[in-house]
Amino acid sequence: MNIHEYQTKELLRGYGVPVPDGRVAHNVDNAATVAEDLGGDCWVVKAQIHAGGRGKGGGVKVASSIDEVKQFTDQMIGSHLVTPQTGPEGRLVQRVLVEQASSIQKEFYLGLVIDRATQRITVIASASGGMNIEEVAKTHPERVIREAVDPAVGLMPFQCRKIAAQIGLTGKQINEATKLMRSLYRCFRDKDALLAEINPLAEVDGGKLMALDAKMSFDGNAMFRRPGITELRDFDEEDPKEVEATAHGLNYIALDGNVGCIVNGAGLAMATMDAISFHNGKPANFLDVGGGASPEKVGNAFRIVLQDPNVKIILVNIFAGINRCDWIAEGLVQAMRDQHIEVPIVVRLAGTNVEKGAPILAASGFPFIMADNLDDAATRVMATLEGSS
Amino acid sequence: MSVFVHKHSRVIIQGFTGQHATFHAEEAIQHGTTVVGGVTPGKGGMTHLGLPVFDTVHQAVQETGADVSGIFVPPPFAADAIMEALEAGVGVVVVIADGIPVQDMVQVKRYAADRNAVIIGPNTPGIITPEACKVGIMPSHIYTPGRIGVVSRSGTLNYEAVQQMSALGMGQSTSVGIGGDRAARLRGRSGDGCGDYDRRDRRPPGSRCGALGAGKHEQAHRRLRGRRVGATRTAHGTCGRDHFR
Repeated sequence: MNIHEYQTKELLRGYGVPVPDGRVAHNVDNAATVAEDLGGDCWVVKAQIHAGGRGKGGGVKVASSIDEVKQFTDQMIGSHLVTPQTGPEGRLVQRVLVEQASSIQKEFYLGLVIDRATQRITVIASASGGMNIEEVAKTHPERVIREAVDPAVGLMPFQCRKIAAQIGLTGKQINEATKLMRSLYRCFRDKDALLAEINPLAEVDGGKLMALDAKMSFDGNAMFRRPGITELRDFDEEDPKEVEATAHGLNYIALDGNVGCIVNGAGLAMATMDAISFHNGKPANFLDVGGGASPEKVGNAFRIVLQDPNVKIILVNIFAGINRCDWIAEGLVQAMRDQHIEVPIVVRLAGTNVEKGAPILAASGFPFIMADNLDDAATRVMATLEGSS
Repeated sequence: MSVFVHKHSRVIIQGFTGQHATFHAEEAIQHGTTVVGGVTPGKGGMTHLGLPVFDTVHQAVQETGADVSGIFVPPPFAADAIMEALEAGVGVVVVIADGIPVQDMVQVKRYAADRNAVIIGPNTPGIITPEACKVGIMPSHIYTPGRIGVVSRSGTLNYEAVQQMSALGMGQSTSVGIGGDRAARLRGRSGDGCGDYDRRDRRPPGSRCGALGAGKHEQAHRRLRGRRVGATRTAHGTCGRDHFR
């Protein structure tokens, strides 16, 4: 789960990480008031969307008068900002962050990730700040410093000093950086983050360190114990069909074919799509109903798949382990009753309670097309599509 | 030859009295597994499925000599349950739960580091040595005893592969799901984990099938080849990739 830059900065400010003075604004007048309150003669106006690379798309502007603050805010809010991460349609900007501008002496990179190799929270730092860290890691791996944190003791001050020295900080800055890194780590732990990135971490006037841009994402599986973070979620930044699917415990990704797929398990869902493609069909979606699929869940899966007008047929492929074929079958029958489903349905059931599931479908009177195995299912899908066209 | 679980394994179920745990414990017993009891805090002293229920894993291990635990507790409590099993000296811990917070697993992995135990999962269908021992949620009737070790990340894709193998008369020695979610991938020896499973199977070369979901399969495959564990095959290797371009 991602949050906006202004939310991340407020969160970090609370932990003692130095961030520029600034506030979020929802319209032009609002932005002018924020700039006046902040004072000074130079401000930064930053479009608040979840995608990165905003600077390249014109989503970060330096204003040297209140009029310019207004002008840039007006240009940004309501526009679709296109960045290397948004895709060509861009993302609607609904708010901007207005901050006091800082004069940057030097830029660093500082991040926290959960590293698979070490199985630990790991600090990543570099003297090459303000750039894409993945690029730096590729072209100049020696410029990227990594330090794994032992969960038994947390991020120790000596580790922070070591990192700070390695990225070229000296004197009082080393202590300042230590305090900053420890604050960031505390926030990361407290809030169940998966990623925290300060890029750039800048040396500003007078040698002070400051987080000029900050990004955090959080572990959806831990949000049950982080209500404060859950509140920050912005649904406008997410695909509505995918949001609905997630709310029902389903994993859905829209694709551009005409064969709707309802499968349990991500691996089997992909194998099902492969089988359809192998028989020259095109899947309309990826949908994993997950484990413990109740009849309601199956009904919701149908509703979401059928929202796509391109769907001409649905393939239900269930290999039940923790699922039970009889529950799935009841869900299918109920969905047929509740929803006016006009497309043909090919069903392949296997695994736990398959002997109870198949008779439920047969007794329902609905024209399910039954398949024996995955290949047979794909074959029947294609035969049915050809027969009806 | 089987790995990790076999006909002498003594299995307990944590979260024993829950709905899924009950259903799958019964299935496991029918499949020939020696389930010796279970743990549900607060229900110690009860009998469930004709077996003793304990309040703590420590008690269960002391009373029954259990060496394998199947963990069926919900994700928020799973890390605690895994560490409880490790502390009690259980050698093989199978974690079914899907959606354990990643930072919980960071703690678990650290806790496990100086204990000689194997954690299978989380988010795994479990492990099965056909007709000898099943700890998990897989449909046991599709598995047949034989010579092929199966390692898989995806649960249902494992079932698919196994059913096709069984239909062709290719039985399995042991089938392991390494687990699919982010927390499972934290094993560090991630792809390597499979090599680990296979290496323990010291029987002379049979063939082994790694039905790994899109991920580190090529890497694991290379590693297996390097170790001369006999013929290896990765099935559904590039699975699904083309669809998401």
